[in-house]
Order: sequence, then C-alpha cells, then structure tokens
Amino acid sequence: MAVRLLVGTKKGLFVFRSDDGRDDWSMEGPHFGGWEVMHAKGSPVDPQRIWVSQWTDWHGQVIQRSTDGGRTFEAVGNEFGYRGETGTHQWYDGTPHPWDFKRVWHLEPSRHDAEVVFAGVEDAALFRSDDGGATWGELDGLRTHSTGENWTPGAGGLCLHTILLDPGDPDLVYVAISAAGAFRSEDGGASWTVATQGLHSEYLPDPEATVGHCVHNLAMHPSRPRTLFMQKHWDVCRSDDGGDHWTEVSGDLPSDFGFPVGVHPHEPETIYVIPIKSDLEHYPPEGKLRVYRSRSGGGDWEALTRGLPQSGCYQNILRDALSLDTLDPCGLYFGTTGGHVYASFDDGDSWQALADHLPRIQSIEVQVVP
Amino acid sequence: MSRAVRVHLPGHLRELARTGTAEVEIRVEEPATVARLLDAVESRWPVLKGTIRDPFTGERRAYIRYFACGEDLSHENPDDALPEEVVEGREPLRVVGAISGG
Repeated sequence: MAVRLLVGTKKGLFVFRSDDGRDDWSMEGPHFGGWEVMHAKGSPVDPQRIWVSQWTDWHGQVIQRSTDGGRTFEAVGNEFGYRGETGTHQWYDGTPHPWDFKRVWHLEPSRHDAEVVFAGVEDAALFRSDDGGATWGELDGLRTHSTGENWTPGAGGLCLHTILLDPGDPDLVYVAISAAGAFRSEDGGASWTVATQGLHSEYLPDPEATVGHCVHNLAMHPSRPRTLFMQKHWDVCRSDDGGDHWTEVSGDLPSDFGFPVGVHPHEPETIYVIPIKSDLEHYPPEGKLRVYRSRSGGGDWEALTRGLPQSGCYQNILRDALSLDTLDPCGLYFGTTGGHVYASFDDGDSWQALADHLPRIQSIEVQVVP
Repeated sequence: MSRAVRVHLPGHLRELARTGTAEVEIRVEEPATVARLLDAVESRWPVLKGTIRDPFTGERRAYIRYFACGEDLSHENPDDALPEEVVEGREPLRVVGAISGG
C-alpha cells in the first residue's frame, strides 16, 4: 500500500508520497504554480482519480482532474451556472446582495461512483457532476431553501465548504455553509432540512436563530452517519440524530474557537480539534501549537504537543487542512497558514514536520492507495 | 476573409493552455474585434473559456485588462474594430492581469 498527501496551497498543489511505513516521504510540485488550490481530493472508488479546485482572482475557476494518482492533470469543466433566478442573500451589513459565483471551496467525490463528484461553492451552492467533472449541474434545492435570503457571508465569503457523504446511503448528505449553518438532505441533495437546533451564536441578534451560525467544519465516522461533530466559529458540538439537535462538547479546551474537526478512523468517539485563540486572533493560544484529542466524543480533552512548537507559533490551521488516514495506528496530517505540514503516525501522540516552507496551506487530503 | 492577429497571454494562461510561448498568432474573421479575437482564442484553447471572460455573459473578468498600441481597450466596446496595427499583425493585443498579486 502507498500513502498520498494532496496539499493545496495559496500558490499551487503539492503531492507527498510514501509507502505505508510512512517514514520516507517524497514531495512533488508545485502543480499549477501561482494558482490558489482551494482543495484536492481523490475518489474512494478509484483513488487514481483526483479532482483539484484551482482559482485566482484574475482567471476565476478551473477544475483539474488526474487519472494517474496526481502525476498528470487535465482541465475539465469550469462552468458553474446557478439554476434559474438567483435572488439575493444578505451582505455583511444585512442588506440584500445578489448571488454571484466566485469559486469552488470543496470537492467531494462520491463513495459509490467514480464519475460522480460534488462541489461546494461560493456564493453558497452545491453542484454535482455525473461525468467526472466535464459538466456541472446545481442541486438548487439548497440555495433556494426558504432561509437562503437570510444567509450571510463569513470572513471568507458565503461559502459551502463542507460536504459529508454517508458511505452506506448515497441519499444522505450533509453540508455546512459560512455563515448560514448545517443542512441535511435525505434525497441525494434535492431537498434540505436546516440542522442547527441547539447551536448558540452570540454574534446573532437571536443567538439561537435557525440560520446565521458560522459552522466552520463537520466530521462524521463512516460507521455512524447520524453522529456528527462540529467546529463552529465558537464552540465544538456534537449531534447524535443527524443534526436535529446539537450539544456543546467544548469541555476543558483552552479555546473552543477553531476551524477543522476530525474523527479517528477506527474509534468513532475519538475526535480531534486544533484550538485557535479567538476570531480576532487567528493563532493558537499562548503561541503553543496543540492538537486536542477527546476519546469520549468531546467534553474531556487532552493536549497533544510532542513534536509541535510550544512557543512562538502564530499561524492558523484552516478548515480543510486536517486529514486522517485509515492505517493502524492512524496517521494525522495538518497544514498551517505558515506553510508547515505536520504529521503523526501514532494517533496524534507525537508529531513531525513533513514540510516547513510551503505557501499558505488551504487544504490537506490523505489517501491510502492499495 | 480572415486575418492573422497576435495575442499576448499572461503567464497563468500560457501554462494553462500549454501554448509554449507568451505570444500566439490566431486567425480572426474580418472585421477583427476584441470579441472575435477572444472567441477564436477560446475555440483553439477551450481550457481558456471562463478565464478571460465570464463563460455565461461574455463580459471581461474584473481583474483582466486589454491593452494594445499603448492604449487601454478594456472599456471599449468589444465589438468595435481592433486598431489597424493589431489587425495588420504589427502589434499584439495584450491580455493582462491587473496588478493584484498576493
């Protein structure tokens, strides 16, 4: 078996490779040098197929696809047209603002069909391709949800950044949008239910409003598709009923602000977050880079620090920049806005740097390839 | 009748389209206009569709400019005839990314 890391950065895509011993890594890249790579992810059905979201302000959106495990790429379809009339969402000041496509934040390949891939975009909408990325169609039941006109952008824009697919039931889909909330579909994305009850956000006029919550990331263990973990703008939360009700599990974290959340591949109650000091100070508390692990599904947390800088670290870790492999013991990988890639090959107990000088890291996805 | 017109592409688009050179020559039906020239570019390199102009409206992307003969043509009607020097192949139309790198 081989392990492959797809590292999307502000200035291109880097591909790291190792055998499953994970002690000797090579790095290739940058692919698409100078372009911002928002996300890259491989198909669980055919891991040689990888899709990449590449973007710049100058030239807009390009989607690249590899069919040889990230050695070579070809551009595929980049037309993301909203279906029908687009209407408005709310701008930062609460005034109506027209929906306008900007870029693809997240690509989620189907767990069942190597030709199918979902794209979460800014301004928030969900697209699906059934032909490997050549053409894209909007699943407009989400954007046209009755709450859509009240969605507001977060600092990064009104972005659909998280897509979770149930490996058992292709019709069960979760998405998260900043700053609207979490949504669930049980018909493959045609219709949607708001999944925010129990969330509390002080930055809203009504802290328990239906929409407006700035959900930063969701994670799910494949064996428990109704149990979700959430890192919100503030608060780490869990739901055991598919997002119908949420409970805060921030517990004894030094800060419950952060971006990514991850679930251990073999222990559904073991979860990971990387606390950030605050929404104004996007760096770790006290300048100490610490991953926190809970083996009880939240509430009780332990700091994982061995091999990570414990002073002078003022970098952020973005929502798609944490990934876990499926080996045993489990490997964890995360990237910082300062261009470091850190990896652990013992469930997070100890860490080492795989790279120190990359551009700002937007995303990391790991693949274990047979 | 068509004309061979020169186009200078920015670095990102040269690499995306694998043109090999910054400047390319392309035949455009007369009367040659910015719109017809870019139609021809996108027809020859379909990967560039959407990277210079919006793929649905055809409008110039906000961070793109068109320069030729020392003039900024970005805000001219794209259906107006190109300057004679460009039509005759003595000057290129330059597709330029705005100074906004970061």
